[in-house]
Amino acid sequence: MTDLTQLTLRQAHQALESGECSSLELTRATLERIERLEPKLHAFITLTPELALEQAAQADQLRARWRREGGELPPLLGLPLAVKDLLCLAGVRCTCGSRILENFIPPYTATSVERLLTAGMVVIGKTNTDEYAMGSSTENSAYGPTRNPWNLRHVPGGSSGGSAAAVSARLAAAALGTDTGGSVRQPASFCGITGLKPTYGRVSRYGLVAYGSSLDSVGAFGRTAQDVALVFSQMAGYDRRDATSMDLPLPAIQLEDDDSSLAGLRIGVPDEYFIQGIQPEVENAVRRAIVSFEALGAFVSPVSLPHTEYALPVYYLIAPAEASANLARYDGIRFGARLDSDNILDLFTRTRGQMFGAEVKRRIMLGTYALSAGYYDAYYGQAQKVRTLIKRDFEQAFEKVDLIAAPVAPSTAFRFDEHLDDPLAMYLEDVFTLPANLAGVPGLAFPVGFDSNNLPIGMQLMGPHFREDLLFRAAHAYQQTTDWHQRAPSLS
Amino acid sequence: MLTLQEVEHIAILARLELSAEEKERFRRQLSAILEYAARLQELDTSGIPPTSSVLPPRSVLRPDAVEPGLSVEELLKNAPRSENGQFRVPPVLGLE
Repeated sequence: MTDLTQLTLRQAHQALESGECSSLELTRATLERIERLEPKLHAFITLTPELALEQAAQADQLRARWRREGGELPPLLGLPLAVKDLLCLAGVRCTCGSRILENFIPPYTATSVERLLTAGMVVIGKTNTDEYAMGSSTENSAYGPTRNPWNLRHVPGGSSGGSAAAVSARLAAAALGTDTGGSVRQPASFCGITGLKPTYGRVSRYGLVAYGSSLDSVGAFGRTAQDVALVFSQMAGYDRRDATSMDLPLPAIQLEDDDSSLAGLRIGVPDEYFIQGIQPEVENAVRRAIVSFEALGAFVSPVSLPHTEYALPVYYLIAPAEASANLARYDGIRFGARLDSDNILDLFTRTRGQMFGAEVKRRIMLGTYALSAGYYDAYYGQAQKVRTLIKRDFEQAFEKVDLIAAPVAPSTAFRFDEHLDDPLAMYLEDVFTLPANLAGVPGLAFPVGFDSNNLPIGMQLMGPHFREDLLFRAAHAYQQTTDWHQRAPSLS
Repeated sequence: MLTLQEVEHIAILARLELSAEEKERFRRQLSAILEYAARLQELDTSGIPPTSSVLPPRSVLRPDAVEPGLSVEELLKNAPRSENGQFRVPPVLGLE
């Protein structure tokens, strides 16, 4: 019998439909593989095997009844899903990678997760993340780092490193992540898989624990563009519980197996993303991929995003400023850990000072400073204005091209501890992913090669607001003619 | 360069208790980050409106109707301390 854990989401779906396997068999195979490899990888913070087996059994019953009686089946019935531990699932603890939420059990479910449950998916666990998604390596998780399946001495990227490692190591065919400054695309790139950051406003943020509210998005991981599109199509759409979710139609995403023509598609390549200091193998692989897109019929031209270099300082003022406000809710009163004191001010400062990790405190401090009296205009106000310039760069570029192609990160996965004592060096890892969040545009990362250390290289396509369909179409065409996305890390 | 006093002031605003070692480390690291961020001052942004949301400005309204919410019991389930259906806190009045 085939190893069910090696199937893509789409293949697993076909296996369930044809009766080749049941959801219980698929889920058990997944849980067994997790049990075997998790000690090496540490992709999960909380596993939910009982819940998964119960949901899988229900899925099998529903399918059995459908075979007898017909009708309609939920579109992703019985397929396993890993969920980043920053998205709430009622009754299952949600730590956000933080000690302060070690025992927090949310009473409600995030809309993105709820829609995938309604679509029939089976939740196998909550994946590791940098504390409150603040990080690019999962080294900021209070529960220990996740390891990169391609090389255990390297980071998986972050903050959604647990989800990316899980999909890369075939512990799950699909996983949810969140992307505030690159937290889906960068780990997808480091782990050699496909990951989507949708347009801001496309997927409800309800039940996503807030970090930078004007930047946060819920995205998805899979091994192929087809798989990510399957998950995205089910969770996208208007939700009245998120005032920033947009009531727009979702274009049908049809990705046929033989559909690899990109005739007429205009792809822009921004010089500003091929800067000095980029790993030459990364640049070469991305440029080769761009040539492949040309061979598929796309028209490639240079495009300019002149304010790209300012995205990093803009992001690292706006995101911490929003975080400093969002994280004010962790006060030891209504939920989360508490260090008691007779004095309420001491209670607040001790709880927060001792239960938050170093990076979270650093960003709260930075954001508080940027918003404080006397500095607001110079830092936060100026950052918001430069954000407008970055957004306009994209608007102008998308008058000339349909998509923008660029590397995801300047280098492949770095080693543990490489940047731990130098936050600024760590922030520089995000230099190519931050602009899409500041402009709110969608981005899709996927593998386009490997470096000499056999570490995956990713590229990203960015598109106009609400044109995820174009990103999927282009990446799918590329994956029809290349096999980078089929390579698997060797784990025993 | 931030001074130690500035770091202590921000920590109070942010309700964070920091050790002496943390204060010194954050002073150094935040100074380096802010120095990097100072490059934003290079840009002339006069006449450029700030972006607080990438979405088109619009009002989001809903009918003002009572709907079921979480029960008191559910809401208190995650509270570190509660009593008589309420959050229990130390005195908040009478502090100097």
